[in-house]
Amino acid sequence: MSRPVLITGGRLLDPSQELDGPGALLIRDGRIEACGRDIVGPDDAEVVDVDGLVIAPGFIDVHVHFREPGDEHKETIESGARSAAAGGFTTVWTMPNTDPPIDDPAAVGFVRAAGERAGGARVYPVGAASRGLQGEKMTEVGELVAAGAVAVSDDGNPIWNAGLLRRLLEYTQTFDIPVLQHAEDTGLSCGGVMNEGKVATALGLRGAPNAAESGMVARDCYIAELTGGHLHVCHVSTREAVEQVRRAKECGAHVTAEVTPHHLALTEDAVHGYRTEAKMNPPLRTEEDRQSLLDALVDGTIDVIATDHAPHHYEEKEREFDDAPFGVVGLETALGVAMLELVGSGRLSLGAVVDRLSCAPARIMGLDVGTLRPGARGDIVVFDPAERWTVDASTFMSGSRNTPFVGKELVGRVRATWVAGERRYELPREASPFREGAPPYVGQGSV
Amino acid sequence: MTANTTNGGADGLGLGKDLTGLQQLTCEQIEGILDTAEPFKEISERRIKKVPVLRGKTIVNLFLEPSTRTRISFEFAEKRLSADTVNIASSGSSVEKGESLVDTARNLEAMRIDMVVIRHGSSGAAQFLADRIPSNVINAGDGQHEHPTQALLDLLTIRDRLGSIAGRRVCIVGDVRHSRVARSDIWGLMRCGAEVAVCGPKTLIPMGIEELGVTVLSRVEEAIEWAEVLYVLRLQLERMDAGFVPSLREYNRFFGVSRERLERAPGDIAVLHPGPMNRGVEIDSDVADGPWSLILPQVTNGVAVRMAVLYLLAGGSPERAESAKEARE
Repeated sequence: MSRPVLITGGRLLDPSQELDGPGALLIRDGRIEACGRDIVGPDDAEVVDVDGLVIAPGFIDVHVHFREPGDEHKETIESGARSAAAGGFTTVWTMPNTDPPIDDPAAVGFVRAAGERAGGARVYPVGAASRGLQGEKMTEVGELVAAGAVAVSDDGNPIWNAGLLRRLLEYTQTFDIPVLQHAEDTGLSCGGVMNEGKVATALGLRGAPNAAESGMVARDCYIAELTGGHLHVCHVSTREAVEQVRRAKECGAHVTAEVTPHHLALTEDAVHGYRTEAKMNPPLRTEEDRQSLLDALVDGTIDVIATDHAPHHYEEKEREFDDAPFGVVGLETALGVAMLELVGSGRLSLGAVVDRLSCAPARIMGLDVGTLRPGARGDIVVFDPAERWTVDASTFMSGSRNTPFVGKELVGRVRATWVAGERRYELPREASPFREGAPPYVGQGSV
Repeated sequence: MTANTTNGGADGLGLGKDLTGLQQLTCEQIEGILDTAEPFKEISERRIKKVPVLRGKTIVNLFLEPSTRTRISFEFAEKRLSADTVNIASSGSSVEKGESLVDTARNLEAMRIDMVVIRHGSSGAAQFLADRIPSNVINAGDGQHEHPTQALLDLLTIRDRLGSIAGRRVCIVGDVRHSRVARSDIWGLMRCGAEVAVCGPKTLIPMGIEELGVTVLSRVEEAIEWAEVLYVLRLQLERMDAGFVPSLREYNRFFGVSRERLERAPGDIAVLHPGPMNRGVEIDSDVADGPWSLILPQVTNGVAVRMAVLYLLAGGSPERAESAKEARE
């Protein structure tokens, strides 16, 4: 095992135990051994002094796309896992819409093994909900779980067949995993490449209406109520879908939901100029929708922030809007965007943002991370909550750079990430010159 | 005068390097283009239809979507101004082999051209090209976005007939949803102070169009009662397969512009159509060939308007247009 690590001199921030104050954290044998004031490490511990920085449980992203197998030029499991660590994420769930899709146990095993070798965040595969993502026949859900899958989804496509969704929400209860649903009525979205409305009409682009999402979410919530299964609604983008999730939760259905940083920060106006880096599915909506997503994240209707990290190569995005693929990368800007939109606007406390990025995903998905309690895994992020930095996609660890936030000034920057007590990321010093007179944040010791 | 010094579009109207749409133009700029077109009309009436205004300029007509009238109209405009022109269509070109638009553009640029006239099936393609090459780019129709020279010739035709555009009531009838012509006409007409309405089955009216400042009418009879100018759009036949309208017969019955309907108009009414027409679908032959029709004057004006745009983007000024055309070989 690696040496014990003592992270000291920081601000411990762990909403899972309502902890916010100065202190230190000791990790030994991959797990948190102690957390609080007056922690003293063993003599052989590596001591890391993080003066003035926040020590929090590592972030968890339940929705990323790493493109391996099939599209390694966009992202490999290794580059994705490292990109995640650079964004402060210690656990990611990878969606199965690769080529071939992750719809059998061998494929699940491949992703897990590649994830373990990657040296970044922990990589947990989501298995396909239907064979070949065709939306017809259920995969061997039990076998996928036995091989290491943590959930099932056809993400990229909706599970459009209500009967199949019902069977999935029933069958998955044996294995205690959620069904992650990309809610889209493709008959209504009908080839839309952005939000339907004034901007799409002026630009002459095909639009997808809110109802394409909210109608499907309404249906899915009723099926969740019917079955008692765990439905997780991916990337909620409309105010009407928020209302459906709220209603379902009030009725006691086991429904959870996520929102992406880009839907919290941007509206359809970002598409002006045919900017393909603002093309994703679901599309950026209106300011009214954005406000309702922010409210829903504050009041808990939407449980978690998830990035829907969707890497695409520069050349694939550098083309006509209709022909460019959907999706943006998000792992390395998630904290900064979330802090800018939520803490900067006074909507949420810093602790609540950490909750939506770490404690809440662990809580809703039943994971033994997302906390600094002794005994939990030693998955830690250290970040500077005050640092303002400008997004330069050329510095990304990700294999792709398709972000709508290029040149944007964000607040809050990840400095280092540990997974199971091993340092998996450290911000290069040249990228972050220290303020005059401030002590270095990493003390003696080596990895 | 060398090619690259004029690509900034020092035209006196401030049009900039490109013409990608009418949305971003002002009323003064649009009227300025129309005024510039006036003296150019006469060139096409001469026995020798050629002036040396663009002599030595190289223009590429990059038509990546089928077009007859727009392409030929541009070609006549270019040739009558003495430019050297090259036509590229998607079939038989490297585009068919999968070359990206960016690479096509860079290769053209490497051959030292002065202007590109582009027709493309994707909205935003003209802007995409304009942002990436230093040549002047003229949008000859991009997806469902804009077709600015069509709208300019429409405006010129309306101005010729009615004497002015400001305050006129113009209704665009038909498949507004899929029409770049409708969008350019809406911007152009509104900038010039006209009142604009659109009319058609709701399946063919795009969401949020009222927010652009137009009125939506749901029956063609209302449109005819209200309008001084009826702008009839082509109903693309593939729209039926996609389920936007149940049949051509039904479309004609409820939205077709017929003599019977026009004869009930309370006042004079002019009918325009961008072509090609589906006679007996959106417009009846009695109308297309009748006293209401300005369809052929539109086509004639198309050449003059395109000459004006080419001249202005090449660095010409509206004041000098009259003398420019008097220059002889």
